[in-house]
Amino acid sequence: MAYEGVPGLVETVQAHGETTLVVDAARVVEACTHLRDEEGFTFLSDLSPADYLGWGARGVAGYIGTRGGRDLHAPGSQGLARVPDPKPKRFAVNYHLLRIGDEPVRLRVKTWLDDGEEIDSVVPVWPTADWFEREAWDMFGIVFRGHPNLRRILMDDDWEGHPLRKDYPIGGEPVRFSGEE
Amino acid sequence: MSALERTTRIYEGSRIPRPIPTVLQVDPEEHNLDDILTVNFGPNHPSTHGVLRLVVDLDGEHIAGLSAVVGYLHTGFEKTMEQKTWWKCVTYPERIDYVAYQYNELVFVLAVEKLLALETPRKATWMRMCMGELNRIHSHLIWLGTSALELGAISMFWYAFRERDLIVDLSEMVGGTRMHTRYFQIGGLAEDVPRGFYEEARKFCKQMVKGIDGYEAILDQNEIWLKRTRGVGLLSADDAIALGQSGPVLRASGVNWDLRKNMPYLAYDEVDFDVPVYPHGDVYDRYKVHMDEMRQSVRIIAQCVDRLEEMEGEPWIADDRKVVLPPRHELHTSMESLIHHFKIVTEGFPVPEGEVYTVVESPRGEMGCYVVSDGGPKPWRVKFRAPSFVALEAAATCMTGAAVADMIAIVGSLDGVMGEVDR
Repeated sequence: MAYEGVPGLVETVQAHGETTLVVDAARVVEACTHLRDEEGFTFLSDLSPADYLGWGARGVAGYIGTRGGRDLHAPGSQGLARVPDPKPKRFAVNYHLLRIGDEPVRLRVKTWLDDGEEIDSVVPVWPTADWFEREAWDMFGIVFRGHPNLRRILMDDDWEGHPLRKDYPIGGEPVRFSGEE
Repeated sequence: MSALERTTRIYEGSRIPRPIPTVLQVDPEEHNLDDILTVNFGPNHPSTHGVLRLVVDLDGEHIAGLSAVVGYLHTGFEKTMEQKTWWKCVTYPERIDYVAYQYNELVFVLAVEKLLALETPRKATWMRMCMGELNRIHSHLIWLGTSALELGAISMFWYAFRERDLIVDLSEMVGGTRMHTRYFQIGGLAEDVPRGFYEEARKFCKQMVKGIDGYEAILDQNEIWLKRTRGVGLLSADDAIALGQSGPVLRASGVNWDLRKNMPYLAYDEVDFDVPVYPHGDVYDRYKVHMDEMRQSVRIIAQCVDRLEEMEGEPWIADDRKVVLPPRHELHTSMESLIHHFKIVTEGFPVPEGEVYTVVESPRGEMGCYVVSDGGPKPWRVKFRAPSFVALEAAATCMTGAAVADMIAIVGSLDGVMGEVDR
């Protein structure tokens, strides 16, 4: 493979015509610096985390049952006989890189984190990561070590919780109406 | 000195990375800290294009420090979409960037189609390009009208909205609503191209070319416009790439990069158009890029209409009843169609497990959509890469040493749509 020299590379995955490099979270800055300087990925297109809490346990249409067993009475429990592949840890942080030039290539760098684990900031590699990492902190509570300004960005400064986590409840915000005592 | 003479200086090398590139801090060596006045610009100000707050440290009339506060329009689209079936989700992306709605819809639909490995008919591809380019002109016209309005060219607003109205008329013709049409569906289009659309689109192209000539006649020779925009809000090519800029902001900094040309999607490799690039990286060059892009979009629309006319009678949506709603008239006669309709609307359809990242060139730049599916009828995670979110990051770099009055020109030129910034 072309990306064998990337520090901390765990595996290379090809799916849906996209290349994903799974990288050891402890060496992500090293790997990103290598990709930027040696492979020419000067452009960080996106940084998108995902929370995999409850992955594969959801009773959804398209499965025969769930990981916990088959429940014929659950809505939509018939369909594809497949349970999604388990994930190694709770959070994935995906860096979508782009090589700008004559032979443009997109690449996804993926790291896995457990709740409470920290990851090094890639702001020194790509300054554009600043707001992306603030958003990731705000929405998922992922701490980026060495970030110059890790504050909430989309939610209020005094907001509690991280809304895009899977265990964050939806529809629970009390609203006061005029005329209310 | 004549305003027509270029006085722009171009950066030599990059000033990045600095300690916090997206926050401009007051330099105590250059400014007397006792003279610094901190002012809130926004969140409610007509020229912030929504609700954006800029905390500005002023030394006299010049900007010494700046940090942008966003999030006032955060509505949790990404969280909401995790609760909806794929079919229902299509409605949401349009509301994220409410000016370039077709592109948000397109990028999400392309992502789902990529996961499903669904082939779309060529008529849908060409119509998507046609509607997309109309939407690009729509977005640029709103940008042009409001930015010029803020710099004092009030009549510009009315001229821009005159042509913009023709575009929403065309939207109404195809989708029934003037904005947020939900015309792109997973698998193709909601309806066939309506009768008379091609003539109206051609009429619009003719009118639009005249319109652009008119806008340039108003602004290009206008001393005030030139003084306000030239040499203001500088961003070098290196800084632009380091800050992840894309679209007109990047092309106005001299980087020849357009996803439609460099990494073609839909059928952009089959149409003929040019990518405007300007070297100075100031507000004026961003304006020129927008103007030239509108001309190129008119060219693309004309080619799309020509091609679409040859496809009369061809299907506009994929023939896959597990994913695509059956034609309405079949519901009265066909049991299977009724079942399919019911299943798709109530339960949704499963999308194979996986993750994709699709990208389109929206009017503001690289619009990305990262989608994770666990194989069920609802997305596990949806994330939009919003180009104007990234564009606002560059505000601090662009505004180094600028005057307060220039701040309005600069924020306008970055073309932030706060709905998209805050999502």
